[in-house]
Amino acid sequence: MSQTTNRELLIDVKNLRVEFNVKAKEPFVAVNDVSFHIFKGETFGLVGESGSGKTTIGRAIVRINGTAGGDVMFKGRKINGDIPKALDYEVTQKIQMIFQDPMASLNERAKVDYIVSEGLYNTKAYKDEGERKAKVEAALAAVGLLPEFASRFPHEFSGGQRQRIGVARALIMEPEFIIADEPISALDVSIRAQVINLLSELQKSKGLTYMFIAHDLSVVRFITDRVAVISKGKIVELAETEELFAHPLHPYTRSLLSAVPVPDPIEEKKKRAIYYDPLSHDYSVHKPKWVEIRPGHYILGNDPELEEYNAMLAK
Amino acid sequence: MVQSILSAKDVVIKFSLRGRVLTAIRGASLELYEGQTLAIVGESGSGKSVFTKSFVGMLDTNGWVESGSIVFEEQDIAKFKGDKQWSTIRGKKIAMVFQDPMTSLNPLRTIGMQIQEVVELHHHLKAAEAKKRTIEILTDVGISSPEDRYSQFPHEFSGGMRQRVVIAIAIACNPKILICDEPTTALDVTIQAQILELIRKLQEQYNLTVIYITHDLGVVANVADQVAVMYAGDIIEYGTAGDIFYNAQHPYTWALLSSLPQLGIKGQPLYSIKGTPPNLFNEIKGDAFAPRNPKALKIDYVERPPYFQVSPTHYARTWLLDPRSPKMDPPETIKHMREKFVRYSV
Repeated sequence: MSQTTNRELLIDVKNLRVEFNVKAKEPFVAVNDVSFHIFKGETFGLVGESGSGKTTIGRAIVRINGTAGGDVMFKGRKINGDIPKALDYEVTQKIQMIFQDPMASLNERAKVDYIVSEGLYNTKAYKDEGERKAKVEAALAAVGLLPEFASRFPHEFSGGQRQRIGVARALIMEPEFIIADEPISALDVSIRAQVINLLSELQKSKGLTYMFIAHDLSVVRFITDRVAVISKGKIVELAETEELFAHPLHPYTRSLLSAVPVPDPIEEKKKRAIYYDPLSHDYSVHKPKWVEIRPGHYILGNDPELEEYNAMLAK
Repeated sequence: MVQSILSAKDVVIKFSLRGRVLTAIRGASLELYEGQTLAIVGESGSGKSVFTKSFVGMLDTNGWVESGSIVFEEQDIAKFKGDKQWSTIRGKKIAMVFQDPMTSLNPLRTIGMQIQEVVELHHHLKAAEAKKRTIEILTDVGISSPEDRYSQFPHEFSGGMRQRVVIAIAIACNPKILICDEPTTALDVTIQAQILELIRKLQEQYNLTVIYITHDLGVVANVADQVAVMYAGDIIEYGTAGDIFYNAQHPYTWALLSSLPQLGIKGQPLYSIKGTPPNLFNEIKGDAFAPRNPKALKIDYVERPPYFQVSPTHYARTWLLDPRSPKMDPPETIKHMREKFVRYSV
């Protein structure tokens, strides 16, 4: 997937900044000057530790969190900040989210029928009751659930099935872009595979674009086309998945990769973990820049660091 | 030769729930060797936590050990009744570290007090000596400036640091066995790597035997000498890490390994296990995994397989190992792992 030049841009995030506690003298900057773009039809991974700001970026795109600066462009139109109501409507339909914990993200007191059609109710995107029912049934069928499940409550389902309900709830709005926020972290190994397969089938059949937020790099490697690594509110490295795994440059990326346990005792026991010290960067003299070091491979670093990275690539 | 330190035989654990009886552990057997690390893997609900909780008498009040024996230091601890008997073992000889460091510490007391409490109780030390020992333990678990940290509260610690404190409490009374129940599941990968390394260091320093409960096969590969695979309340395969990763025999172990994304081929569907684990309220006939195993034999539905010995270190509960069974190869995705088995054994 290297023909990056003539592909259609779906999401373009430019210098995004998100702050919390805005009224304080020094607001907390959760996302700082983040830029990336997502092509139509691809799966874009966002990887980082807890507290790095990866979920906040996702929430800023769907307009749950307000932005303090920068632009979020969806199909060439700015969708953050003050936008016309009609566009807001369109965005909330076309961009959907799947959440991490299927135990917590479904309303325990509502039936599946209501949970799945909640988006429809809010946008009134159906003519009559019959059409709504048909849409619910189609959405449930798309995620491999039976139509009679619509009359049941969430507690009657297993973790994997509940996550499917979460996916159905997103699908019913006929989205173009789905932000999956750690959709499989809370699931068991055998159920994980089912949900991963479901997501990639849906991508093929419905032409969906995903942003996949995760901390599990083994899953990220398997399903994403391009990955951005985020640390403390800044993207430090971005590349095509295989390129990133083959030539990780930023010390944070390398430390993340070294920390992921490999299910192979021989490999795992001879592996050495690399520790990352965020204070190791000396940015007092040379300021860091966001540079395309190789085609499609971006990295954050200052001049001396970039020289080092170039030397690593030359090896 | 490694010595057995704890030996569980045919343990059956039942719970009574809303008037019905659930069999959580269905005759599981386990051998734990001194100074080694055993990893118990399985899905949620497979009974891995319940099984190990019975080693410290921490089953919920509606659960009981129905039959079987758990022999530790020449006593059958499965027969223990009441906290008085258990207090000679629990914490003192066998200690436990839980998954979530956010909830397993008391938020209202300083971490120093929480560790010192254990030291005073088990070592009968006076306050000043106990404090000295507490600070030593804090240093051992890798907490910097322990004198200052001693008087801080849990909320002043990060998740990884809190888990270090929980580990400090567990090792404070020099236990023989340390049971770690998903110790790193709630933590980031980089912190996880540090905690795993810490437990390994402490294992040597304190001469611990460690049981890891986890569902992450990567963690298992990192820590385990022995691996026990649990499914539906039973240990279905038991062996060294090499036996399980490179020479697995049970179809469930095959399925578990094949569904790992690390072994998948990009763009192709990942191997996935159909269906869900059996309901433990119902009686399970034959091999519990048979209904989810597309290649199950007829006998799998009729009779429960016994343990077949593969090698002196390796046992599996599957009819495939019976000489009368048809020969069946593991799935393609994990076949190449077999080649490493020879290298591992050497």
